[in-house]
Amino acid sequence: MATPVITPERENYLNREYGIKSWLLTTDHKRIALLYLMSITFFFFIGGFFALLIRLELLTPAGDLVQADTYNKLFTMHGQVMIFFFLIPSIPAVLGNFLVPLMVGAKDLAFPRINLLSWYLYIIAGIMMLHCIVTGGVDTGWTFYTPFSTAFSNTKVIEAGLSIFIAGFSSILTGLNFVVTIHRMRAPGMTWSRLPLFIWAHYATSIIQLLGTPVLAVTLVLVVFERVFHLGIFDPTRGGDPLLFQHLFWFYSHPAVYIMILPAMGVVAEIVPCFSRKRIFGYKAIALSSIAIAVFGFLVWAHHMFVAGISLYSALVFSALSYLVAVPSAIKVFNWTATMYKGSITFSTPMLYAFGFIGLFTMGGLTGLFLAALGLNVHVTDTYFVIAHFHYIMVGGAVMGYLGGMHFWWPKISGRLYPEWLGKFAALIVFLGFNLTFFPQFILGYMGMPRRYWQYPPEFQVLNVLSTAGSTILAVGYVLPMVYFLWSMRYGKLADDNPWGAAGLEWQTASPPPTFNFDHEPEVTWEAYNYDQIPAPPEEVSVER
Amino acid sequence: MSDSPVAVEHHGPELRHHFSSVEQQRDAASLGMWLFLGTEIMFFGGMFCAYLVYRLWYFKEFAAGSRSLDIWLGTINTIVLICSSLTVALGVRAAQMGKRALLVILLVLTLIFGLAFLGIKGVEWHAKYKEHHIPGASFDASDLVRDYPQIHIDQSHEQIYFSLYFAMTGLHALHMIIGVGIFTYLLYHAARGRYGPRYYTPIELGGLYWHFVDVVWIYLFPLLYLIDRKPLG
Amino acid sequence: MSEHVISSKLYYGIWIALMVLTVVTARVAFIDLGPFNTVVALVIATCKALLVVLFFMHVKYASEKLTKLVIVASLFWLLLLLLLSLADYGTRYARHG
Repeated sequence: MATPVITPERENYLNREYGIKSWLLTTDHKRIALLYLMSITFFFFIGGFFALLIRLELLTPAGDLVQADTYNKLFTMHGQVMIFFFLIPSIPAVLGNFLVPLMVGAKDLAFPRINLLSWYLYIIAGIMMLHCIVTGGVDTGWTFYTPFSTAFSNTKVIEAGLSIFIAGFSSILTGLNFVVTIHRMRAPGMTWSRLPLFIWAHYATSIIQLLGTPVLAVTLVLVVFERVFHLGIFDPTRGGDPLLFQHLFWFYSHPAVYIMILPAMGVVAEIVPCFSRKRIFGYKAIALSSIAIAVFGFLVWAHHMFVAGISLYSALVFSALSYLVAVPSAIKVFNWTATMYKGSITFSTPMLYAFGFIGLFTMGGLTGLFLAALGLNVHVTDTYFVIAHFHYIMVGGAVMGYLGGMHFWWPKISGRLYPEWLGKFAALIVFLGFNLTFFPQFILGYMGMPRRYWQYPPEFQVLNVLSTAGSTILAVGYVLPMVYFLWSMRYGKLADDNPWGAAGLEWQTASPPPTFNFDHEPEVTWEAYNYDQIPAPPEEVSVER
Repeated sequence: MSDSPVAVEHHGPELRHHFSSVEQQRDAASLGMWLFLGTEIMFFGGMFCAYLVYRLWYFKEFAAGSRSLDIWLGTINTIVLICSSLTVALGVRAAQMGKRALLVILLVLTLIFGLAFLGIKGVEWHAKYKEHHIPGASFDASDLVRDYPQIHIDQSHEQIYFSLYFAMTGLHALHMIIGVGIFTYLLYHAARGRYGPRYYTPIELGGLYWHFVDVVWIYLFPLLYLIDRKPLG
Repeated sequence: MSEHVISSKLYYGIWIALMVLTVVTARVAFIDLGPFNTVVALVIATCKALLVVLFFMHVKYASEKLTKLVIVASLFWLLLLLLLSLADYGTRYARHG
């Protein structure tokens, strides 16, 4: 237990100013990161609430908990909230905002006021989405397919569309800030090849955000116009092409999944070397593979449309390109694994999450190859196989990466240590709960259970019950970190500057950092991941101040 | 760079504290604006994609719709925007050279051209309204069906042309309005002497935005107005 | 961005060129060039756009390669959207528009 601090606390970004105005009008990237942390956690639980209702309904084959229309709203809101208000911002807006300036040795991001604007746009979008939910929600699926969304659905498509439009703007501004910061504000000596791979990952993510999100934005605008003015652009009875919507939608929404996974890969690339006490293996390969994923990710979108009516020729092209995009991800997995080889492994909580990420992301990614095969796609598309595939990547991958990162950098962010044994326990619960929830769904999908159906044939019930059981365990695993992180802010052991003995500029300043990050501008003369020069931390990982 | 954490920096008030030099700040701002323009290329690009698909599918209706636009007004509007780009470019130059009065005049001229563009666009849209070419419940392209009997116009396809016409020119006009707002802000500060050789970044960045909106129009003009103006046989 | 101050004469010259090209493109539209009308119109538009980007937006004098990279990358990405969509639309069944 921590004793009350006797010596006066050093000035840091948390205690420099108090009061709500100092938070709501802050331009400090670290405070904005915490504002985002609170907001996305809130939306995570909203999205999780919808997931819970879905899983409850699916406990029984009959549609007996909610009506079919309501069920449509449940999976739609689950998807929209989780994707646009949790996953896409999560790591970039929380960990990225906090760490990018620190890692490059800058005092703040390039445009601090735009950073704050980005958060406000997110909040405005979030309020709109909440209003949309409580006044009836949307039932089109998060994918908004036309002409149902434009001509037939009588739910709040326009409000949801505008909300996501605004959230997209928030995302674009974050990406813009990161790119300019990384290009223009690196400290002396911080060359591109000395940047942490977390930065490379966020740079690649930002490129996707900048180039892809605007297309989603204009597509949503067209949907809103179509709905308001009854235009016919996407209405097949009036000469429109529903597939045009899908092309424009997926042009963004496929790269969007790389927005969600690349930052988590960046987190893993920081955690693995630290807890292997070894330089990362294949720095250049991992850095360039991040850029490759960002680029290739834009070439494969129509693999979401193989059975929708695109030409067979284009399906062949997109299928081949979809195999290509797996290669850079595989390169990363090989390099992380090679980093651990002959390393001195510590099974800390962040490392447990990293292990979880590597295993589960690999499974999710490999099943993506199943889906890329045209023949197999016909069988499993729009089934629970797809659902399991993307949850393995987004939850088993991205969320684990996010949690791993939160645990790894928590001492830096808060100046406190979380209770390690609880951290490990929660990680285990998450891992078990996750697999129990989603592995049965691969089988369900392969056996033919369609997605977005609120009732199913009785032979699928056992697996559905297992899945629901898993989801409750998973929920416990998610609530635990929230509880002990909050607890640690008051009662946790104080952390010193570098409790993990990690490489990186962020660990060379105090925990928590001062408002302008460094007491003296850093000058970098060493290569990244110089673990041969950094001593391993002592067993007792904190220092009472 | 400075060693002391609370360095007294000898610079103007424009240098924000997280930057280490005026050059860094200006380079960052410039890169930021170019990246933003990149996003705008993709934003308009989505509509260009929709336009491309439907022009391929419904060329006849696109041609007929294009002919119903007033080519004189379109050409004049194009010239108006080009003139405004000239005044913007000269304005940046005036700021670079510290010629405050000239800068103010050029900004005023730019605003006049911008508002003229919007006014002419309003006239064109009004004409479309009169001809029942605005998509929606009151859309009626029977005049085009009558005028071009040889090509059997399908009215719902024609409506798609006009939907894209209004969506694209509307989005463009919205960007012009925002541009007018930005330049009003710049005019206000320029009149108060805020910009000069040492600091003219806002003028430069506002100019980039304005030129971009001009470039979008440079493509919209042939794509919407000049699809097929060949003399009919 | 460059500190280079461009002469106003050059700006006026570019302006004249842009006006001329505008008039040309409007007049050429009335001449029957078959399928090349579209090509000519787009080529002229691209020339005008290049003049605005290179001179009015100072890209020709930009010391930063990054500026040019951002422009090229954005245009390339737009091309990706258009061309890969065409991979589908160009190879579907023949439509009777």
